[in-house]
Amino acid sequence: MDYVTRGFRGRRREPDESARVPPGQYLTDDFPVLSAGPTPHRPVAEWSFAVVAQDGEQLARWSWDEFRALPSETVTVDIHCVTKWSKLDTTWEGVSVDTLLSDVEAEAGYVTAFCDGGYTTNLPLEDVTGGKAWVAFGYDGEPLEPEHGGPARLLVPHLYFWKSAKWVRGLRLMDEDEPGFWEELGYHLYGDPWREQRYWGD
Amino acid sequence: MAGAAVLGRLGPLRWRLAEVVEVVPETPSAATIVLDVPDWPGHRAGQHADVRLTAEDGYQAQRSYSIASAPEDPRLALTVERLENGEVSPFLVDELRAGDRIELRGPIGGYFVWEANGGPLRLLAGGSGVVPLMAMLRHREATRSEAPATLLYSARSLGEVLYRDELERLGAAGAGLRVSYTLTRERPPGWSGYDRRIDGDMLGEVFGPVDPAATAFVCGPTSFVEAAADALVALGHDPARVKTERFGPTGG
Amino acid sequence: MDADDLRLDGNSLGGLLGELFGREMTAALGTCASCGAVGEVATLVVYAHAPGTVGRCRACGAVLLRVVRAERRMWVDLRGLRSLQLEPLGEEP
Repeated sequence: MDYVTRGFRGRRREPDESARVPPGQYLTDDFPVLSAGPTPHRPVAEWSFAVVAQDGEQLARWSWDEFRALPSETVTVDIHCVTKWSKLDTTWEGVSVDTLLSDVEAEAGYVTAFCDGGYTTNLPLEDVTGGKAWVAFGYDGEPLEPEHGGPARLLVPHLYFWKSAKWVRGLRLMDEDEPGFWEELGYHLYGDPWREQRYWGD
Repeated sequence: MAGAAVLGRLGPLRWRLAEVVEVVPETPSAATIVLDVPDWPGHRAGQHADVRLTAEDGYQAQRSYSIASAPEDPRLALTVERLENGEVSPFLVDELRAGDRIELRGPIGGYFVWEANGGPLRLLAGGSGVVPLMAMLRHREATRSEAPATLLYSARSLGEVLYRDELERLGAAGAGLRVSYTLTRERPPGWSGYDRRIDGDMLGEVFGPVDPAATAFVCGPTSFVEAAADALVALGHDPARVKTERFGPTGG
Repeated sequence: MDADDLRLDGNSLGGLLGELFGREMTAALGTCASCGAVGEVATLVVYAHAPGTVGRCRACGAVLLRVVRAERRMWVDLRGLRSLQLEPLGEEP
């Protein structure tokens, strides 16, 4: 090992062994900003959220004011980014996806979240229903900042955080599990942090 | 010979074990690491290199740094600025010493490069973005190039200016290099240079009329580079002759 | 830190593309499949603070290339590039 650099230790972060932290993750107090493109700054007056059928038909749509008039919930959850940081006890305010889908009469096995900026991510329908997912517009008591996905982002805390799509504008119902932006390039279709499903084949 | 071509093709991106000859403090927050690199294939002014450090237990960290030395210099020099909370740069600036070894691959880059016969130079540096531009000025000096050169260097304070003495020497009368500074945060008493972020008026004053044969090289943080490049183009510089390199905090 | 400064350019892809192609690629001219703009790879807008590295067209913002790197695997998507134009390699000195 003649390539070892004398005295270099690195600021490696030891994986956290506590039961609340999935394998291979370390805890952070920061809220790192990850971004694959420019941050959209969508004024809420031009924002809407839609549920779209497999054939493109719009099944439901809310303007910002309509969306904000829906019943919302405050939830405190742990989040886990595939780049290995986890953050405990984050507090969000949002509308449950159950609420958004309650009047939609359609069959689907999966959804694809679509976003300002073109990002997409795929999820089984059963992972965004049953009180497991929200469209969040508030973080830590404040409006969600654009860098973190504001005006609104998907929040699916039981999966790796790339599934919690920033700048979300709607859900498209899908019959098949169609890979999204990262899922088509190596990232796991499902992304369960407790089974360390980071990449294809994990 | 096909075999030689293949080796040449793969050669530049091989990791090489470089030995530190000297670590020269440049400012309180930056140092130049002078390296002896076996079989270094040579470089062009403006290129960078990747550095990889390995800890005893195998943990590795990798970063890119601009090459500061001229192609003519037998030893390779990288100037590194310490980023607060960084993982690699504080080690390189504060801990590394002569005799240590680090892995290096390069040279890297083929766009942000200047050849001594490449025509007049317009250089715009934001902070440690001056490093690859210094390689160009050293290359110009080493080849006794007569290409006129102008450097506009934006730094937060005089204490953060890299290579100040050398720039003064290179910019001495008759050498064909003019150096201007703008200090954006802190000025010494009696400072007569610029004291603001770069803008079109400043670039017009420093660089004068557009010379269609000149190439501008702009290097610094993204916000600096984009402001400078936009201002140059607004002044009439051909966008194809405004070459840019942005650096950012890739974990330090 | 300015959020803009998280956005780099294609010069930063030199090492990564060098690994993939075994040669210097940042001076290669890429054509955007979305808008047809032509520019050196070095001029792409690059986002490296993400689960992967994303290079976008400076003219229209379309994704031109994506690279994801796991410990023992890499994935590469160049669909956004209609073409890459580069100089053939001569004999290296």
